[in-house]
Amino acid sequence: MAGGPSKAVLAELASRPGRTTLTTTLVKGLFISLSLLFLGALLFAPLITVFATAVSKGILPYFQSFQDSDTLAAIRLTLFTAALVVPINTVFGIAAAWSIAKFEFRGKSFLITLIDLPIAVSPVISGLLYVLLFGVQGWFGVWLQDHDISIIFALPGIVLATMFVTFPYVARELIPLMQQLGNDEEEAAITLGAGGIMTFFHVTLPKIRWGLVYGVILCNARAMGEFGAVSVVSGHIRGLTTTMPLHVEILYNEYNFVGAFAVASLLTLLAVATLIIKTLVEWRTGYSKH
Amino acid sequence: MKSSFRQPSILPGFGLTLGFTTFFLCAVVLIPLAALVMKTATMGWADFVNVLFSPRAIASYRLTFGASMLAALLNSVFGFIIAWTLVRYEFPGRKLIDALIDMPFALPTAVSGIALTAVFAENGWIGQHLAPYGIKVAYTWIGVVVALTLIGLPFVVRSVQPALAEVQRDLEDAAETLGAGRFYIFRRIILPTVLPALATGFTLAFARAVGEYGSVIFIAGNLPMKTEITPLLIVIKLEQFDYAGAAALGFMMLVMSFAMLMSINLLQAWGRRRLVAAGR
Repeated sequence: MAGGPSKAVLAELASRPGRTTLTTTLVKGLFISLSLLFLGALLFAPLITVFATAVSKGILPYFQSFQDSDTLAAIRLTLFTAALVVPINTVFGIAAAWSIAKFEFRGKSFLITLIDLPIAVSPVISGLLYVLLFGVQGWFGVWLQDHDISIIFALPGIVLATMFVTFPYVARELIPLMQQLGNDEEEAAITLGAGGIMTFFHVTLPKIRWGLVYGVILCNARAMGEFGAVSVVSGHIRGLTTTMPLHVEILYNEYNFVGAFAVASLLTLLAVATLIIKTLVEWRTGYSKH
Repeated sequence: MKSSFRQPSILPGFGLTLGFTTFFLCAVVLIPLAALVMKTATMGWADFVNVLFSPRAIASYRLTFGASMLAALLNSVFGFIIAWTLVRYEFPGRKLIDALIDMPFALPTAVSGIALTAVFAENGWIGQHLAPYGIKVAYTWIGVVVALTLIGLPFVVRSVQPALAEVQRDLEDAAETLGAGRFYIFRRIILPTVLPALATGFTLAFARAVGEYGSVIFIAGNLPMKTEITPLLIVIKLEQFDYAGAAALGFMMLVMSFAMLMSINLLQAWGRRRLVAAGR
């Protein structure tokens, strides 16, 4: 009976006469099967489909689809964008968390609402905002055209839109964590003569490192997977301004299902890796509490 | 002036970090938002009303908000059942399923879009069993609901799970010894504790669904007046270089998002008050 109730649970159940009746067993069975059915249809079947379709013509075509130069360009663009966006948002997240969690000031909850805003806004609107700023008819459109700078339908637009969509994630992980941990140790360090930088790296960072890891991982997953916002600003120039999710769309619309699902399988593996790291972090932090 | 703005602290770096946060927030979020508001303001009132109340726009609201509402309701029921199963029962694979609940959150929306379409298309794994009954999921409004349900699921489960773990089991046992039936216990003990969390999860799932784009456009079929969601209508307006029209629709959706963000904050405050009142 691997994974069954522990001895403690069984002992507790035995101490409550009449707990384990036929009805409770039936209800338990019903709840578990309903949960599995729902998740199976909506989550597990699509996940398996991604890999099944990607290798439906064999393993060789699967790997060959990664030799396509446009696919490689899309992978490079996605990695480049994430490498630019994630560090910037990490620095922002740490700064925002320090100011919000360590100090009491007016307008704090308003500031938190503003930081959360990109999560509540439709990704399409996130892209739209930058088109309205930098597009041909946008605020800076004429000036940019005169100086021959392209932001929309080019790399800077993709980076900006991705930055907008992903920028709350690190801050959202760190703010509650730092508030919960309190200021005592930092105050002690400062009183003993440590500088701000030293206090942060030797006192705060070790305490928040797992939360930071999770925030960065989540931010990265979002940055690499963003579709709506990037789609609006990208212009879909094949091999130039298509990130991996956009390339999935192009291949899918060309009925190149093996290619589309092959790229999708990489993104799925990224999501799986993100969840594994998240579970490990939770295990680590849960472990350190005891 | 400064002392009344913030409480004194010996910790350094307040000016630097708050300054950087505010600067970055202005550059990345507030200035672009201002651009949207300004662009909308340049439209005449008549144009604004024309865009927002055109039959095609109204059809898209009906689908977007209707399907989001339905998906959030479905998620409230099944999210509660899943949260209950994960909190109350021990069975093989429980931890794995618990970890996988966050999958829709980590999975890029384009991937869930094409994968759901493949599963629910008429020759798909599930679609082929529904087709004989005349049920078409992919390329209909039902497909939109399916995609939005997947997207919103983690929000409900993750909101309800901690609240369900808070329910005092000894209260349930006491009620049972006093002769209370199963449904009475559910209605009077479990539901009151979980309700604020369930409402928060519902609103989060609904808010997320309303703005969703990536997973829906693959499965929806995108027929104007029938299966066209509002975010897609914004994209179409942009592709036609109708920036003002796109801005007007975007402005409307932004106001909705703000309203939902406020109600989420209120719901969470309600949940906290409930816990405090319960002596926790």
